[in-house]
Amino acid sequence: MPRPDAPAKVRGAFDFASDLRAEGMLYGRTVRSPHPHAVVRRIDTAAAAALPGVRAVLTAADVPGKPFYGLDKVRDQPVLVGVGETVRYAGEAIAVVAADHPEQARAAAAAVAVDYEVLEPLTDPVQALAQGSSLRNLVIRRGNPEAVAEVVVKGFYEVGQQDQAPLGPEAGLAIPDGEGGVDLWIATQALHVDLRQVADALALPPERCRLRLAGVGGAFGAREDLSMQIHGCLLALRTGRPVKMWYGRDESFVGHVHRHPAWMWYEHGADREGNLVYVRATIVLDGGAYASSSHAVVANAAIFGCGPYRVPNVLMWCGAARTNHVPNGAMRGFGAVQSCFAHESQMDRLAAAVGISPLEIRLRNAMRSGDRLITGQVVSGAAPVADLIRRCAELPLPPPAEGRMALPGGAGNLAEAADISRGEGWALGYKNIAYSEGSDDYATARVRLERRNGHAVALVKTAAAEVGQGLVTVCQQIARTELGVEEVELEPADTLIGDAGSSSASRQTWMTGGAVREAARLVAEEVLKRAGPPGRGLAGGQVVDDEGAPLAPLALLLDEPIEREFEHHHRQTGKLDEDGQGDAHVSFMFVAQRAVVDVDPEAGLARVAQVATVQDVGLAINPLQVHGQIEGAVAQGVGLATMEEIQTREGLIRNASFTDYLLPTAVDMPEIVSELVEEAEPDAPYGAKGVGEPPLIASPAAICAAMRAASGRELCRIPVRPEELSGVSETKPPRELIPGQPPA
Amino acid sequence: MEVSSPRTLAEALDEMGAQPATVPLAGGTDLMVAINFGRERPERVMALRRVEELHELTVNRRVRCGAGVTYTRLLEAVRDPAMVQAARTVGSPQIRNAGTLGGNLGTCSPAGDTLPVLAALDAEVVVRSAAGAERRLNLGEWMRGPKKSARRPEELVVAAEWDPAGSSQAFLKAGTRNAMVIAVANLALVVDRVRRRVGLAMGSVGPTILRAQAAEDFARGLFEEAGWERPHRPSPAAAERFGALCAEAAAPIDDVRGTAAYRRHVVAVMARRALARTAAAV
Repeated sequence: MPRPDAPAKVRGAFDFASDLRAEGMLYGRTVRSPHPHAVVRRIDTAAAAALPGVRAVLTAADVPGKPFYGLDKVRDQPVLVGVGETVRYAGEAIAVVAADHPEQARAAAAAVAVDYEVLEPLTDPVQALAQGSSLRNLVIRRGNPEAVAEVVVKGFYEVGQQDQAPLGPEAGLAIPDGEGGVDLWIATQALHVDLRQVADALALPPERCRLRLAGVGGAFGAREDLSMQIHGCLLALRTGRPVKMWYGRDESFVGHVHRHPAWMWYEHGADREGNLVYVRATIVLDGGAYASSSHAVVANAAIFGCGPYRVPNVLMWCGAARTNHVPNGAMRGFGAVQSCFAHESQMDRLAAAVGISPLEIRLRNAMRSGDRLITGQVVSGAAPVADLIRRCAELPLPPPAEGRMALPGGAGNLAEAADISRGEGWALGYKNIAYSEGSDDYATARVRLERRNGHAVALVKTAAAEVGQGLVTVCQQIARTELGVEEVELEPADTLIGDAGSSSASRQTWMTGGAVREAARLVAEEVLKRAGPPGRGLAGGQVVDDEGAPLAPLALLLDEPIEREFEHHHRQTGKLDEDGQGDAHVSFMFVAQRAVVDVDPEAGLARVAQVATVQDVGLAINPLQVHGQIEGAVAQGVGLATMEEIQTREGLIRNASFTDYLLPTAVDMPEIVSELVEEAEPDAPYGAKGVGEPPLIASPAAICAAMRAASGRELCRIPVRPEELSGVSETKPPRELIPGQPPA
Repeated sequence: MEVSSPRTLAEALDEMGAQPATVPLAGGTDLMVAINFGRERPERVMALRRVEELHELTVNRRVRCGAGVTYTRLLEAVRDPAMVQAARTVGSPQIRNAGTLGGNLGTCSPAGDTLPVLAALDAEVVVRSAAGAERRLNLGEWMRGPKKSARRPEELVVAAEWDPAGSSQAFLKAGTRNAMVIAVANLALVVDRVRRRVGLAMGSVGPTILRAQAAEDFARGLFEEAGWERPHRPSPAAAERFGALCAEAAAPIDDVRGTAAYRRHVVAVMARRALARTAAAV
C-alpha cells in the first residue's frame, strides 16, 4: 500500500512549509522578550522601520481584532505583548517585522528598542501551586480515600521537560488576496482550530481567511498551538505582499509548547498477595505561562495516574502551575506519559515489597473490560491487558551486545563487555482516544465519485492534517474498501471544507477515517440506487450482487458524479464531578512494554538493547504503519528515558539547540519487536483504535526500570542522567508532600 | 559577508596578512552553526578547502597532518590508535567528512576531541603567516582558554606534527548519547614504549585541555617497574591511584552537558580503563 507522500519525501522533493515561496515574498521575523517576567514600558520601532528593505514593523497596537489567542476556552495568550502589558515567559513575542531579505528582517528585529521593567520570575511550580498560581487543579476521590493496607510503598518521581523536536521548525506563508482577506499555507495539526484564532485576531470573518495545509515536518503536539500564523497574516495584510516566516531551531524552542515536566508523590497500598487496595498521589505539572492544553493534560495525568489496574480506593490530586516558563501543552502521550513513570515505578516497588515478580503484580491487578477507571467510568470496550502482558513476555529476548559500538558509550569507546550489566524492565500504559470531558468531537469528509477516462475515480476531501502519521494512506484505504475502486485521490486539506479537528489524541483514524467511511457509504448508496436490484455492493470497480458476482462497471453509472459529505461525531462524553467522577472519555488503548538495557554502572552510561511492545489496536487498518508508529514512539521513549531534556534556569532555556538538546541517533535505537492485539472496539469505525501514543507512554518507565535492575540504583527521575546512573548524585524531592494532598 | 576561496597557501596567507579580520573557514562544522544561530556575522570569510597544501598528510617517522585533513581521512590514514579513536567519536559520517584537524585546533574548544590526543602525543601546532616565520607551539601554548588560541590574526594553522607513538594508546569519551555527542569529558593516554614516555590529557574538564602530570609520572613508574617492552596488568590499587591523580588534575565545572562531580568521577573511570588497555597492548 504505497503512501501518496512517500516518493517525494524519500527523494527530498517534498515541499515542507519552510520550502514555500511566492513572487514578491517578504521575510517576517519576531522580536522576542529576553526576560521571563517583565513589564513592557516602551517600544520604539522607528530605527527598525528606517532600515533598508524593511516594509513593516508591527506591535500589539496593530492587531485589529482579538488580541489574545489560545486553545483553552479562555484565550489568554497575547498575540503581541504591548506597552504597559506583562511579558510572562522569555521568548514571548513583542513585535514582528517584514523585510525584503531575511538578513534585513533580522537586523530590523534587532533594532526594535524595547524597555522592560524586569520582574522576579516565578519558576518553582510547587511554590506556584502553593500560592494559588494554577491553571487547573483536579481531585479524584474514589472508594475510601483513607483506606489502609498491609503492604505500603511510597515514592517520589520526576519527569524532565521533553521537546517534541519535529525536524521541520514552525513555518508558514501568508498571501493577501487583494480584497482584504488572506490565504495562509501552514504546517499545523488542526487547520480549523488555527482558523478560529487567526480570524478573530485579524477581525475577519472566517471565510476570508483560508488556511491550507503546507508540508508538515513532524508535529507530536508542537503544532497544536499557534506560532507564526497570526503574525504572518498581520504582516501580509499590512504590506499587501506575501510574507514567509520560519523559525530557526533556537527560536523553535520558545516558539512551541513542550511536554509538562512533572513532580509526583505516590503511595500505594496492597494486600499481602499484591492486590491493590489504594493509591494516593499528588502530581505537580508545570504549565508554564499560559493555559494551552494544560486543562486536558491535568485530566489525563490524573485519570490515568494509577495505570490500567483495578484500584478500589483512590485519592489523586493533580495541578498545573502557572509559572514564567514557556507554556507547556500537548505532546504525544499527553499527561499519561508523566504519571505512567510514577505508577509503574510504584508497581515495581510493590512487587518487590510483596515478593512477586514485576510481571505477576501487573497480571494480578490488570484491568479488564467491564472494570471501572478511577473516575468510575466503565471500560465498555476492549481491554485485553493481561493478554498484552503474556504475549509481551513471550517475545524473544535480545542476544548479548557485540562489539564496542553496541555497548553503552557507543562511539565513545568507553566500555568493555566486562563493564556491563544487563537489566529488564516492564511497564503498562493506557490512555484515551479523541477529545474528552464533554467536547463535541467531530470530523468532516467529502467523497466524490466520478468517471475519468472511462473508469471510476474517488476523490476524498477533508481538513485533517497529515503530520507524518499516515492518515493519507488510511483515508485512501477506506475509500477503496467502501467504493470498490482502485483510484482514490486525496484533495488538499484546507478550511474550504468543515472541521476535522486536530491530528492529536490518536483520534484521526477514528474521527476522520469514520467520516470518510460514512461519506463513502452515502456515495455507495446512491450508486446502488442508480444501479437498481440486484446490485448489493461495490467491488473491483463493479456493482456486484449478493454473491459478489459483477453486474455492471461502476463507471457506467457515473454520467453525473456523486458527491456526499458527512460529519462524524463520536459518542458524547461527560464532565467530571467534584470528586473527579464521570464518563469523561470515549475509548481507551492499552500497551505492554518490556525493555532490555545494558548499563555501564561505573561510568553511568546506558544503551537500550531492545524494547518489546504488544499493543491493543482494535484493528490494524495498515499494520505496517502501526509498526512504524511503534518504532517512532519508542524512539521518543528512549529519548525521554535517557537523554532528552530542556534545561531551564531562572526562566531561561539553556540548551535550545540539537547540539545540547540530545535526541537519540540511529546508534541509540534499540531493537524493536512488536506485536498487535486486535480485539475490535465496539464503537469505532472498523473496530480500529488509535495507535500513535501508547508506545511512548510506557516505554520510558520500562527503560528506567531496566536501568534500575541493571544498576541497583533507585533512579526516580527521567531522563536518567549519567551522574545518577553512576551514583555520583541522586534526585531528591523539592519538598515533602503528602500523597493525595495539594502543595501547601 | 565577503567570501574568498584561495587556491594556494601563499595566496591564503597574503590575504590573511592584508585583511587580518578574515575568519578562516575549514569544514564549517563549527562556524556555519554559529552563523546559522546568529551568534557570528563575520564580515569576511576565507574558505580553505581548495588550498591543496593543507590537505597533505605524511605518516613516516614523523606524522605531519595538514590542517585541512578531515576526520574521515585521519581515521583511514593515521596509525596512532588514540587519534583514530578520537576521530571516530566526532559527529556523524557527514560531519567527519567535512570537519578537519585544523578546524578543531582553530575553534580551540576544550571539548575538541582530537586535542587531548595531540596534547598526549606532545604534538606541535604549526602556524604560519605571510610575513613572519613559521611558529611551532605545543598544545599547552596553543590553547589560551575556552575557544581562545594563540593564533595571531594574520596567521593560519597549517598542520600538526607528532612522532608516532606505537600502539599503547587509548582515547575514551563520555557523553550522554552513544554517538554524535559533544564530550562531557574525554581522555587520551599515550604510552610510547620505545621512547619511554607517558602522555595523559583530558578534555571538557577545564578551560583548556589539561595534562595530568602527576598521573603521567605515576604511570611511568608502573611501566618502568613492569618493563616497557612487556604487557602487564596494573594492580587495582595502582589503577585506583592513577584514576585519582587524573581526577585531581581535572578542573571541571557544572554546565548543561554534565556536572563537575560527574566529570571528575568519569575521568577517573576512563583513566583506569585507559591504563588497563594501554598496559595490555604492546
